[in-house]
Amino acid sequence: MSVGIVSYGSYIPRYRIKVEDIARVWGEDAETLKAGLMVSEKSVPDLDEDAATIAVESARAAIENGNIDPVRIGAVYTGSESHPYAVKPTSTIVAEAISATPVMTAADFEFACKAGSATVQSCMGLTSSGMIDLGMGIGADVSQGAPGDALEYTAASGGVAFIMGDNESEPIALIEDTYSFTTDTPDFWRREGSEFPQHGGRFTGEPGYFKHVIGASKGLMEKMGTGPEDYDYAVFHQPNGKFPTRVSKELGFSRDKIEPGMVITKLGNIYSGSCMMGIAATLDQAKPGDRIFATAFGSGAGADAFSIKVTDKMEQFQKYSPKVWDQLKDPVYVDYAKYAKHKGKLKRS
Amino acid sequence: MSVVRFWRNQVNRYNLEGTHCNSCDEYFYPPRSMCPTCRREGELESHRFEGKGEIVTYTIIHSAAEGFENQSPYPLAIVKLDEGASLTSPIVADPEEMYIGMRVKPVFRKLGESGDKGMIYYGTKFAPDKND
Ligand SMILES: [Zn+2]
Repeated sequence: MSVGIVSYGSYIPRYRIKVEDIARVWGEDAETLKAGLMVSEKSVPDLDEDAATIAVESARAAIENGNIDPVRIGAVYTGSESHPYAVKPTSTIVAEAISATPVMTAADFEFACKAGSATVQSCMGLTSSGMIDLGMGIGADVSQGAPGDALEYTAASGGVAFIMGDNESEPIALIEDTYSFTTDTPDFWRREGSEFPQHGGRFTGEPGYFKHVIGASKGLMEKMGTGPEDYDYAVFHQPNGKFPTRVSKELGFSRDKIEPGMVITKLGNIYSGSCMMGIAATLDQAKPGDRIFATAFGSGAGADAFSIKVTDKMEQFQKYSPKVWDQLKDPVYVDYAKYAKHKGKLKRS
Repeated sequence: MSVVRFWRNQVNRYNLEGTHCNSCDEYFYPPRSMCPTCRREGELESHRFEGKGEIVTYTIIHSAAEGFENQSPYPLAIVKLDEGASLTSPIVADPEEMYIGMRVKPVFRKLGESGDKGMIYYGTKFAPDKND
């Protein structure tokens, strides 16, 4: 396969809240939470940001980083669990804002935290079949945790856009192969019209995350005849820091291989873009020839595994594109009151 | 604002599409259908602004209009784009960060919405450009 990532871009809002500030409000012990979740702070959107504005900013970054002519983009797919409209696509807003309209297709995707990786797979299919020249897959969310719920410590905001293509000389990283593992598992959900999601508590780990991530990861390595030793880096979906740490160990990837992509500690879980952001942070420092193993997970439930190989086009790309870890530096911290206002939890009467 | 009126100018708001007069070399945003200097002799073409510019003057809005209450206080400024045109825009910055001459870049934000059930209006605001 010569299909791969031609460019990528990411966007992280500049506000953060520390775990301490949330824990204080609910009378919980911050140190225990930080050690348990392996998260110290999370991103908070500005008052005028939503999944659509975040998708646009990451899409524009991908266009600029790769110096891509937007007219070449034949599909824009946005994965999110916080699309601003129940009916009216986010992807048309993105497509118009990057001037890719009107000769193109667009649609919104939804699959909890793996909606973003699903858009990437769709773009792989459309470009490698020759239906379109380039395709853009985005994961963007302003995710919500109910006040006081465990998810409130990690539910964060951010977006990542990948531009996929199948023209031999173009990709900065090839997707060698992909493999998905999907079942109907009620580990996490949100009904139409309800503000905050529900989850199956302890149920979410074993039959959700671990079963699917391991199923897809082992499936891909068996299919390709590869093992953890063949990869320089690994990225696994990060609902917290603990899950990817444990799953990488179970699969045989050493700690140093997942470190570059572990953005969860400073960013929180950005849902649809979580695994893609980990891949982006890893690509930021990868060298030509490096191989990256990545598995995204979405509740409901399913996992998409990817085997990625960096090409020599990467060196040139890295010279001009901002790095994910740099975007995590110098945030503006907000306290719980300001955070609640930003997330619309606090409203004027 | 009506949905139709917003939509008609949407592309201008999303991507800072304005006009340039080829006769007198002046730039306009929002776009004009006639050059005020050259009138009939004017030769207008559409122009996409780079979006970089600087703050000419600003004020801090404390009591915002309906639909913006949650955003106040916020800075509202006259931004002079590098090509020459000036426009009024909210600035995505804390009031303490503001100063005249500050370099700014365009960002894509929610401009407002018609209540909980109506349309959401998106477009360009400006933010401090730290790399400039
Ligand atoms: Zn003129």
